[in-house]
Amino acid sequence: MTMNNQGRPTAPGTIADNELATISGDRGLDHEEGLIFELGRAGMTGVDIPDVQMSDTRLGGLRRRGPVGLPGLSEPEVIRHYVRLSRMNYAIDAGLYPLGSCTMKHNPRLNEKMARLPGFGDAHPLAPQRTVQGALEVISELMRWLTVLTGMPTVAMSPKAGAHGELCGLLTIRAALEARGEKRPRVLVPSSAHGTNPATAAVAGFAVDEVPATADGHVDADALEAKLGPDVAAIMLTNPNTCGLFEPRIKEMADAVHRCGAYFYCDGANFNAIAGRVRPGDLGVDAMHINLHKTFSTPHGGGGPGAGPVVLSAALAPFAPLPLLVRDSSGFRLIEHRDEAPAGAKPFGRMCAFHGQMGMFSRALTYMLSHGADGIRQASEDAVLSANYILASLKDVMSAPFGEGPCMHEALFDDTFLEGTGVTTLDFAKAMIDEGYHPMTMYFPLVVHGAMLIEPTESESKESLDRFIHVLREMALEARAGKTARFEGAPRLAPRRRHDETAAARKPVLRWKPKELPQAAE
Amino acid sequence: MRYLPLTPDDRSAMLAKIGARDIDALFRDVPKEAVVSRGVFDLPDTQGELQVERALSRMAARTTAAGAGPFFCGAGAYKHHVPAAVDHLIQRSEFLTSYTPYQPEIAQGTLQYLFEFQTQVALLTGMEVANASLYDGSTATAEAVLMAQRLTKRPKAILSGGLHPHYAETVETIATLSGEVVRTPVTPGQAEDIAALIDERTACVVVQSPDVFGLIRNLKPIADAAHAKGALLIAVVTEIVSLGLLESPGAQGADIVAAEGQSIGNGLNFGGPYVGLFATREKFLRQMPGRLCGETTDAAGKRGYVLTLSTREQHIRREKATSNICTNSGLCCLAFTIHLSLLGEEGLARLARTNHARASALADRLAKVKGVSLITPSFFNEFTLKLPKPAASVVDALVEKGVIAGVPASRLMPHESSARDLLIVAATETNTDEDCDVFVKALAEAMS
Repeated sequence: MTMNNQGRPTAPGTIADNELATISGDRGLDHEEGLIFELGRAGMTGVDIPDVQMSDTRLGGLRRRGPVGLPGLSEPEVIRHYVRLSRMNYAIDAGLYPLGSCTMKHNPRLNEKMARLPGFGDAHPLAPQRTVQGALEVISELMRWLTVLTGMPTVAMSPKAGAHGELCGLLTIRAALEARGEKRPRVLVPSSAHGTNPATAAVAGFAVDEVPATADGHVDADALEAKLGPDVAAIMLTNPNTCGLFEPRIKEMADAVHRCGAYFYCDGANFNAIAGRVRPGDLGVDAMHINLHKTFSTPHGGGGPGAGPVVLSAALAPFAPLPLLVRDSSGFRLIEHRDEAPAGAKPFGRMCAFHGQMGMFSRALTYMLSHGADGIRQASEDAVLSANYILASLKDVMSAPFGEGPCMHEALFDDTFLEGTGVTTLDFAKAMIDEGYHPMTMYFPLVVHGAMLIEPTESESKESLDRFIHVLREMALEARAGKTARFEGAPRLAPRRRHDETAAARKPVLRWKPKELPQAAE
Repeated sequence: MRYLPLTPDDRSAMLAKIGARDIDALFRDVPKEAVVSRGVFDLPDTQGELQVERALSRMAARTTAAGAGPFFCGAGAYKHHVPAAVDHLIQRSEFLTSYTPYQPEIAQGTLQYLFEFQTQVALLTGMEVANASLYDGSTATAEAVLMAQRLTKRPKAILSGGLHPHYAETVETIATLSGEVVRTPVTPGQAEDIAALIDERTACVVVQSPDVFGLIRNLKPIADAAHAKGALLIAVVTEIVSLGLLESPGAQGADIVAAEGQSIGNGLNFGGPYVGLFATREKFLRQMPGRLCGETTDAAGKRGYVLTLSTREQHIRREKATSNICTNSGLCCLAFTIHLSLLGEEGLARLARTNHARASALADRLAKVKGVSLITPSFFNEFTLKLPKPAASVVDALVEKGVIAGVPASRLMPHESSARDLLIVAATETNTDEDCDVFVKALAEAMS
């Protein structure tokens, strides 16, 4: 080892350092962190609130008799806890996040700043309406962008996430059918659909009838037509579909659906492939939810909150849920009750308290104004271009079930290329973690074996895509050459190895409990 | 466009690799008539940060923020002080820009805070288990009713007249598809006799406490009456800070608790996103909707956390799932859990006491105004006044004096004649003595 004249080393040693067992259990920048309930001490608090005198006389005899059981921590301890936790997470800001169907695109920080303007972030939903005109204007402006981009006459803004939007769409369809005096019990859902589609149809009180896929990854339009009849309320179709393909016979299917008196619900999860280039309204869509956290860059936030406004065709528009937003001489006004609705409107009810995910609306509108119509179109084109580039660059070493392409915004592979190697889709995806990548979506869609669905989005540079492609090519070549060591039990270099999920489900431990009490069990 | 890293040269090189002539070739499956040309949209083009910030700021300035003056609106959304540390931490990239933690090896940060969140919610509500959050309090209440219908295999849900009308309407939208919903008459400032309505077809009774008028309800007798008939009690809490001072619904016999968590960690945001809290008894676990995080170990024997019991969920069970929900309120429950960690036992208790003391003092002063009376004998930080004239017009008049006086009950229940003159007023730690002085003076002027 090289030393200076004080005996201080000036160059690193050569020990296999990552095998070093540390005294603390932490490893350099990687800290193990206990549960918040295992930290702190009684009486401590991270918020200074002066205590006050109060009497119990107005509590209806229901004053709390025992402590809640929360730990006490100072502010620096709380901050350290959450900072340490955050460092165990992968994030788009840190690396490519190729989760197919999830659209993990860049989240501009301007969006965050705008959502926190007091006029949006500190506006009360039931404040007098003339004092919240600016907040209502944001909703109105976003409605304009969404309806213009989709070519649809109106949009229901209150659904709080994609699946909530699906429910809103189906309830609108149910209301439209009831207004026609019809009861149609069946909803057609392709086998490739997101799980939320059949689940939503069931919650909305419909029976689900599955439409098969063709060998080339499309919805079987002939099978669909054969299933249509006077008892069909709607079809729920994702376009571009979950195999990353545009449905070429979509107009034909929409026409057939309308001919039999049913409605066409489109799952808009994949709108990012076509926004600014194709208007769903021109395809015959009657209702489509838009995941603002996908196409319009509101942050995924570790699993939410989402926002799922639903654009509606002229046939469905009158049945949109409360509240409605109108503009008259006095400005913007929310219609919060059925009998205040304008002539012709027959709202089916209410999806939630208040007016939807305003915090997501201001972010999405910021994104739209930043991109402009031209930038949104360019983003869609870049997303499709990047996915096709990945498909073209990997199809000779991985297996693309639906051939040469083109695909839309995501590239689908199956596990044929791993046949006989002993490596599974799961192993392959988990090994990506050791390479510094988040895995792609695995085992979805269900219509191909061992699916790997890669969605790079428009946010990656060519250099980033090339590096990703290089890593996946090498991995695929190694697996096929029988060099499987890196796949066995991967990942090895993440904060945790694979978890025992079976044990977690068999004997669920869903909360911390004080040591002296037995842990939660069945 | 500053968010798009590809250059024209990159695009050409990529098209060459793909073997496509141009970008249009990649869209060849789109029917020709459905492709729109550039410029067809009546929308502006790309703008820089400065221009966008100007446009949004102009709109924001046309709203009176709750923090801009004396402000007393509640009725399901409450103005509280959120410590600066909360907003800083939730904006860390690793929390803000990560997805649902489906890959636990690289998502322990999210999973551990969800586990801690579930524990905090269970402790606050006095229940055995809680999920990783739902959209908001109203949708959580609707999911609770569906769960009760599944558990009891009975159709009828009885909603207390004191349940926030928006919540009741949300429940009606969804629970009438699988059963029936009965709403009891509205009895402002009093508890209705809901026990008498429970019968053998009743799946659940839904009671909010403090109720929409602010009245604290005693849940124990309702729980006993429900259980005697084999029905469940769903307790709804729209102001979660109240549980720092009041007996938990779990201790009063509730079977499911559906609550709005906005008050802790989350801003008003004009109604969303908020965070729905959902807790229940362990024996009902398999019928609980929404994501759940559980503890386990990894292959190296270390403690770790995973999403679990997903066989209840839509991505596995499809049309047989317990719910169609595919998301939780991730970042909002992170804000909730950080704020509650900062408060701790002592901070939460002090916050709750401060809220009650402030509301109590304000109620006493307002009730002394000529013609005004307090109709809620018990309350936490929100109470209802009976005015000598329609409350909506009084709220309007007070806007002119710079005071946002509260929510007129008629805005929530326009058909309820008994509600016409009722004003629902909330006071929290954010209201200063000066705010209260201004409010009392303005109300007195408006009444004279």
